[in-house]
Amino acid sequence: MIELRGVTVRYGSTVAVDNVDLELPTGKIYGLLGRNGSGKTSLLSALASYRRPTSGTILVDGVEAFENPQVMHRTAFVRDTLDVNDSDRVSRVLRFAGWLRSGWDEAYAEKLLDLFQLPSRKTVSSLSRGQKSALGVVLGLAARAPLTILDESYLGMDAVARTNFYRELLADYLAYPRTILLSTHLIDEAADLFERVIILDRGRVLMHEEAEALRGRGVTVTGPSAAVDAFVGDRLVLGEQRLGGVRAVTLDTRLSPSEQSGGEAAGLTFGPLSIQDLFVHLTSSSQEASR
Amino acid sequence: MFNDRSPIYLQIADGIKNDILSGALKEDDQVMSTNQYAAFYQINPATAAKGFAQLVDEGVLYKKRGIGMFVSPDAREKLRSERRQRFFTEVVEPMLTEARRIGIDVDEIVQHLGAQR
Repeated sequence: MIELRGVTVRYGSTVAVDNVDLELPTGKIYGLLGRNGSGKTSLLSALASYRRPTSGTILVDGVEAFENPQVMHRTAFVRDTLDVNDSDRVSRVLRFAGWLRSGWDEAYAEKLLDLFQLPSRKTVSSLSRGQKSALGVVLGLAARAPLTILDESYLGMDAVARTNFYRELLADYLAYPRTILLSTHLIDEAADLFERVIILDRGRVLMHEEAEALRGRGVTVTGPSAAVDAFVGDRLVLGEQRLGGVRAVTLDTRLSPSEQSGGEAAGLTFGPLSIQDLFVHLTSSSQEASR
Repeated sequence: MFNDRSPIYLQIADGIKNDILSGALKEDDQVMSTNQYAAFYQINPATAAKGFAQLVDEGVLYKKRGIGMFVSPDAREKLRSERRQRFFTEVVEPMLTEARRIGIDVDEIVQHLGAQR
């Protein structure tokens, strides 16, 4: 279990992470979602003990994580800066990682280098943005760390590289189950990988739920305005659109089969809401007023 | 049709049910593991496991601890009778509704079906 208790990260007068409490059972893949500036990287940095929280504590399997060598050995944190020496060749970066990580799998790292077509003789500074990200993924996955944190590690990757990334992440997780936290803005692409989803909004946890529960959570209702109005009643409307006499609304509600068949008889059509759609509706600031 | 369950989780459960109905999966056959499904569909294994749990609840599969999931002996019969009951409400009724909407009468449908025999 990873526990965050009252974790706050403050930069001067800016509160990046605001009194966050979370209990994260180990061995799952978590998706951390949030808009730009919502505090994802600050939270992950604190979780990886790269940064001491301004206040609050983080416990990994019951022990305080910060400056704890036992916990740090078992934690891999990959962020956009990569935290490697820019003038080093890729091969040297990997050797260093292997020296640092007890769980390092050299053969797997070589396989990933091939997959992402990373030239091992090149220096880090000569890699493209996408190649740097791929190197980060190699460092993150081949470490086989019980706590693996990947912060937007797809930046600059093309569609093929991202597909390879998701495929390898899942395959290696299936073979070596561990706790993986993945922050991403490409929600539709990655959502199927998540067991749980954490949504951050302005430094606070807006939601922490099973991904499966979120998938069935929102619904779009489309039909003649009057019929839609009657169906909506006093339910909370997350968003709406109109086209002539047709109205489409997004509701944060789970419909029973009888509600749905009743609606269909009244000429309404129902559609599912993806996790990305739900995220957009829940975190767009125009929603603030009605929440 | 939209359902309040995840499409993938439904796909897995429906796929297994269809395999049982078609005879591709026979009684007491072992089905693929959660991890195999997860790798095939590129989904979290917990999602696949929920599909399996649903099938166990419905009595379509049974679990042998430490070995895996197997097709229940009466699964095929059960699925057939369920699907037969739903056939008229879920397949025939919507077809008739659409036929009415576009002005095809029942005689015309019967005639068409007669030619299919």
